[in-house]
Amino acid sequence: MPNRLIPYVKTVVHLLCLAPFLVLFNRWRSGEFDLEADPIASITHFTGDWALWLLLVSLAVTPLRRLHPKLSNLIRFRRMLGLYAFFYASLHLLVYVFLFTGYDIQTAWIGLTHGHLSVVWNEWKMVWPQVVDDLKKRRFIQVGLFSWVLLLALAVTSPNVMLRRLGGKNWQRLHRLAYIAVIAACVHYWWLVKVGVRTPMKDTVVLILLLLARLVWVALNQGRKATSRPLPEKIAQSV
Amino acid sequence: MLIRKTHLTGDSIPSSEITPLEVFRTQRPAVRIGRRDFLSRAAMIAAGSAAASLVPREAYGAEPLKTVPGKFSTDETQTPMVRATGYNNFYEFGVLKDQPAKNAHTMHIRPWTVKVTGMVKKEQTVNIDDLINYRPLENRIYRHRCVEAWSMVIPWDGYSLSEFINFCNPLPSAKYVQFLSLFDHKQMPEAPDDYHWPYSEGLRMDEAMHPLTMLTFGCYGQVLPNQNGAPVRVNLPWKWGYKSAKSIVEFHFTDKQPRTLWNEANSEEYGFYSNVNPNISHRWSQARERRIDSGFPHEIPTQMFNGYGDQVASLYAGMDLNKFY
Repeated sequence: MPNRLIPYVKTVVHLLCLAPFLVLFNRWRSGEFDLEADPIASITHFTGDWALWLLLVSLAVTPLRRLHPKLSNLIRFRRMLGLYAFFYASLHLLVYVFLFTGYDIQTAWIGLTHGHLSVVWNEWKMVWPQVVDDLKKRRFIQVGLFSWVLLLALAVTSPNVMLRRLGGKNWQRLHRLAYIAVIAACVHYWWLVKVGVRTPMKDTVVLILLLLARLVWVALNQGRKATSRPLPEKIAQSV
Repeated sequence: MLIRKTHLTGDSIPSSEITPLEVFRTQRPAVRIGRRDFLSRAAMIAAGSAAASLVPREAYGAEPLKTVPGKFSTDETQTPMVRATGYNNFYEFGVLKDQPAKNAHTMHIRPWTVKVTGMVKKEQTVNIDDLINYRPLENRIYRHRCVEAWSMVIPWDGYSLSEFINFCNPLPSAKYVQFLSLFDHKQMPEAPDDYHWPYSEGLRMDEAMHPLTMLTFGCYGQVLPNQNGAPVRVNLPWKWGYKSAKSIVEFHFTDKQPRTLWNEANSEEYGFYSNVNPNISHRWSQARERRIDSGFPHEIPTQMFNGYGDQVASLYAGMDLNKFY
């Protein structure tokens, strides 16, 4: 891709990544949630799906750019894709914290608009035991939160300032945690669904293909190294 | 004379203009529709109700039923019919919540017979229409708590299962009754292969004879839509929703605890009793539920036996409910 196009393509990618959020926002504004049977479940699945899908897209950047030298500047989109994945993962977490725990949003909101900030905190203290209980007992919640914490670490260290401060090598090592985060997200999905339900299968297949692409690349590169080895051997013989 | 006159009017329609019943049914693939329903639908369209346009076409396929007010009804806010008939678990028609409403029209609910087998004085087969007319249909508004942590308040139409069990004449040696649902891959192409079909559920005899246990033919005063378990199902309001088997074709009386589909799929998670219990250890918390009624669902605490403890707790006296979950 010609470098001069990148700002324009970036705008398009921003819009595409924001589109699901706008769809969600519009569903809320238009009152569609009031017609749906179980909007809390559907918002949960929607935000979780998009977090995982954007992680997979960000994971596809590296294999894609290896296909052709002209694609190499795709790397300039990877960070924003990862950050959008973090954005949807955070929404997903907020849905759990505020909609699933029984947090009284209405009371908190009324308190907030009347200047009683403490209400927000008091409501939170009421649901806290439930959250602790979930964190102690429920492995799908543990692994989901683990994935989000990793993404948080990557998001915090994503600015260029942090890259310089950490140094390129360290930064790269740290950001390999993205692999762990996406695998944890998939496991979170499998541990959530009922026996016999295979909705996470498609995402898992894509994840496996993207990981395999990297193994194939490594294997090919080793092959290339092997074929280029005879030269130094000849030199060695002549010495 | 008047009767005769009506007959004459009826006869005056040339037979060539009468749509054969089979054709009439296949013309509306989404729903099996009756003549009365056609009239009520026409009335609805005539009324020009704005709400009508919000109703998924698949959700309604019902004919009105003649019912009498029943016992045990709750006065909590009812779930609108469009939600109770558009958001279902009926895995034979797909594992997603909206799939049953879209796919269940492929199930043929007539002709339909119900077999009575096993430990009974005499095995027999009952026609569904005789079963519907066996007792007056009571309208009972029950809470329905799904193991997925959502709940609804639904007016069901039927009578106590005990009435039918008395008709079946089980032997004193029968300790359990098993409900077997229809399974036909041709009518249910979306059914995942991972489960042991047909769907099977069961109750201990004293649970089955409990007056709350309902043999159900309708909801919201209308014939059950296919996705809600037409033409006949049971309702156990104090148990997780999956115990309330749908589209039943056989009642089997036995002295052994019958197999149940979800228990076979995952015995740690789904026990035979499956009583609603907010303290049970489960993959996700059962302490609360999303009550789906009008507007945005709200979280409420889940009650032991789904709030029917006064009536049913004595059935489990002395039992460790953490062991017999």
